[in-house]
Amino acid sequence: MVRKELSPIDVYRFLPKTNCGQCGEQNCLAFATKVVTSEARLEKCAPLLTKEHERARRQLEKMLRPAVKEVVVGVGLHAVKIGGKFVMYRHEFTYTNPTAIAIDVTDEMPEGELVDRLKKVEGFNFEFIGHPLKLDMIAVRSITNEPEKFQATAKKVVENTNLPIILCSFNPQVIKAGLAVAAKSKPLLYAATKDNWKEMAELALRHRCPLGVFAPNDLKLLRSLAETVLEYGIEDLVLDPGTFSAEGLAGTLSNFTTIRRSACKSGDEFFGFPLMGVPMIAWTQKNGVHEDVARWKEAYLAALLIVRFADIIVMHNINGWALLPLVILRQNIYTDPRKPMAVQAGLKAFGKPDDNSPVMFTTNFALTYYTVASDLESAKINAYLIVVDTGGIAVDSSVAGRRLTAEKVANALKASGIENMVKHRRLIIPGKAARLALEIEELSGWQVLVGPKDSSGIPKLLQEKWLTQA
Amino acid sequence: MKTKPAKLVEADFAPPAPTYPTKIVEVKLGATKNEGGTRGKSIVIGGETVPAFYGFGGPAPHPPVIALDVFDMKVSLPRAVKMHVKEVLEDPAAWAKLAVEKFEADLVTIHLVSTDPLIKDTSPKEAVKTIEQVAQAVKVPLIIGGCGDPKKDMDVFEAIAEAFAGERFLISSITRDMDVERCGRFIKRFGHVALSFTPMNMNLARDLNRRLYEFLPREDIVMDLTTAALGYGLDYAFSNMERARLAALAGDLELAHPMSSGTTNAWAAREAWMEMAPEWEPRELRGPLWELTTALALLLTGVDLFMMMHPAAVKALKDVIEQMAHGQPDEVDKIANWVCAKI
Ligand code: SF4
Repeated sequence: MVRKELSPIDVYRFLPKTNCGQCGEQNCLAFATKVVTSEARLEKCAPLLTKEHERARRQLEKMLRPAVKEVVVGVGLHAVKIGGKFVMYRHEFTYTNPTAIAIDVTDEMPEGELVDRLKKVEGFNFEFIGHPLKLDMIAVRSITNEPEKFQATAKKVVENTNLPIILCSFNPQVIKAGLAVAAKSKPLLYAATKDNWKEMAELALRHRCPLGVFAPNDLKLLRSLAETVLEYGIEDLVLDPGTFSAEGLAGTLSNFTTIRRSACKSGDEFFGFPLMGVPMIAWTQKNGVHEDVARWKEAYLAALLIVRFADIIVMHNINGWALLPLVILRQNIYTDPRKPMAVQAGLKAFGKPDDNSPVMFTTNFALTYYTVASDLESAKINAYLIVVDTGGIAVDSSVAGRRLTAEKVANALKASGIENMVKHRRLIIPGKAARLALEIEELSGWQVLVGPKDSSGIPKLLQEKWLTQA
Repeated sequence: MKTKPAKLVEADFAPPAPTYPTKIVEVKLGATKNEGGTRGKSIVIGGETVPAFYGFGGPAPHPPVIALDVFDMKVSLPRAVKMHVKEVLEDPAAWAKLAVEKFEADLVTIHLVSTDPLIKDTSPKEAVKTIEQVAQAVKVPLIIGGCGDPKKDMDVFEAIAEAFAGERFLISSITRDMDVERCGRFIKRFGHVALSFTPMNMNLARDLNRRLYEFLPREDIVMDLTTAALGYGLDYAFSNMERARLAALAGDLELAHPMSSGTTNAWAAREAWMEMAPEWEPRELRGPLWELTTALALLLTGVDLFMMMHPAAVKALKDVIEQMAHGQPDEVDKIANWVCAKI
């Protein structure tokens, strides 16, 4: 059964049904409801873990297994989980485990450059409405094909970073040399191919590492390889059907889609593993063009792969301008679509406002609200903010879609009770709602001051216009 | 213990080739002389029978197309965009020419911002004049963009529809709070196409389309389900469009229309245009990539018509669309050894 079609009753049937409350829920049915939506994990039900309920637990685990297996790379705090997808489309449920972004280093890099690059990757961070957006892994590539060189590089990587590692070479001797220094950090071994699968599988088995399987543009071969190494005893795989740019783009996306579709819609057990994409390909065909062009191409290849099912991507560029849109895209695709995009409407106070403090409004679209709120907070502004219910739509779209009208604003002003809290009658409105200014004045009797189109301009507006006109 | 296989286990794999009951309606934009207009060529969008870029069912019958924005008066633009159009900011005809000749726009959208009662309140007559100049300057199909005031837009749209009868302009846009009957009638009578716009809600989209069906054939309706910027609601826009297209292909006729995206909205994200700490600069590159990334996510949901602004984003999206029209990769060798590539 596909996970999203499970009902709480399906799960409830196998629970101990004692309503003992150890899971923190009122009763077994409440727990079942949370398990189905992934809000609670089975392990929370202690009685289920006992011998008596072993069969039921096995059954439940089977029922709840995601269509794409969850694979862990690395150990401890920095380990990354990839895959674990229940559905093909995010609107069907929600996507788990955001695409891990790996940055490459090579065994030809001078030590200084290598260490510097590792630092930059670790230090990459963008705070986006309360979420740190980071890079996740290091892909160590063997360019020289020499085991000693690769080992030395892998050693330096392990010594200088806690980020999980992908050991990349098609030569089992090279991978073996890398494992001699990096096995403890449980790297992903990349990759088994039609030529080396036996040695690679042997290494993965011996060191209990996840194994990448690579068959460029040959799904039949990829599936055969997956089946073969699974029979060999490997449990955790990552599949790479090959990433092609330019003329191969359509085929690349089609391969990724076909694999994920087979896993989610047909329950294909050999394709039910995380997928790896390599946007870095864009750099191998650069033929003397400017580096920014390669960065740009790599970025858009990565964007397509993030949307279309890649669980890991390997990239070369570490420039912020090209990575920022990607980490935000990843954040967007992996948000929970079941969560409402609205915050509660009503009056909010920032800092310590008094009866002279500015009054402004915004919409209850969560992102708009958090952006305005963080701008007010970081500028340490004392103000009242009235959050108008637009059904969770941003200012410009809600003006266009008539979800934000002068009437609504006037009503929200009245309902907020702000008239008893400030002495003035001046309302700052978002620049993108400028067209409502006159009508708001008419309906509410308040004087309107049109604010900036972006809330980052609020401090400046207050400085230039609020004080001088007060 | 299992016995380890000694040689490759040959697994079989037949790629799935599901069929869908519904075809997205084909809509023709623009009309040539033979077709009753004056455009150099007309463009057909829609016609898909499978989800976008799934590989089976072959490439889409009509690849997605791109319209560039032109404004009928000087407006504030992000710096990264302005630098490419600064010579033509006050000349919509020259701007349109630049968009078509230099930036290779398939269509041009003229946003009649000046007609806004709160801006210049220019008359429908003047709007007709502006369109006249643009229609002379370029031969691509045109999209007529309103100012956002429902009453005024109806007057302006009607005047333009009549003055350019038979041109199959895309009227952008018809919203739920307009007099849908009046709009439907003049669009039908004068031979144009309606862009049915709704705020990110499939039920509202169905509802507006249903109201339009009373006056317009399905072949005269394109829909805009609202585009939000990367980082600022793109997740909702993306899933709304993906769901709508899948529902349409599965038989929901009221959603089986080509989709248009106001991708220019990407610039509403402050990270697209704002100066940031040095590690995120230059914004001249970050900005267009923001618009492109927004476009690419929506391309994958099946958008047929993109309305965009930055020439570099347009160029890259065109490249991607062209590349997507190719079949399977044939140069497996080229990437087979990516691990060893020297960069
Ligand atoms: S811990 Fe288990 S048995 Fe106890 S109430 Fe929760 S689900 Fe039921």
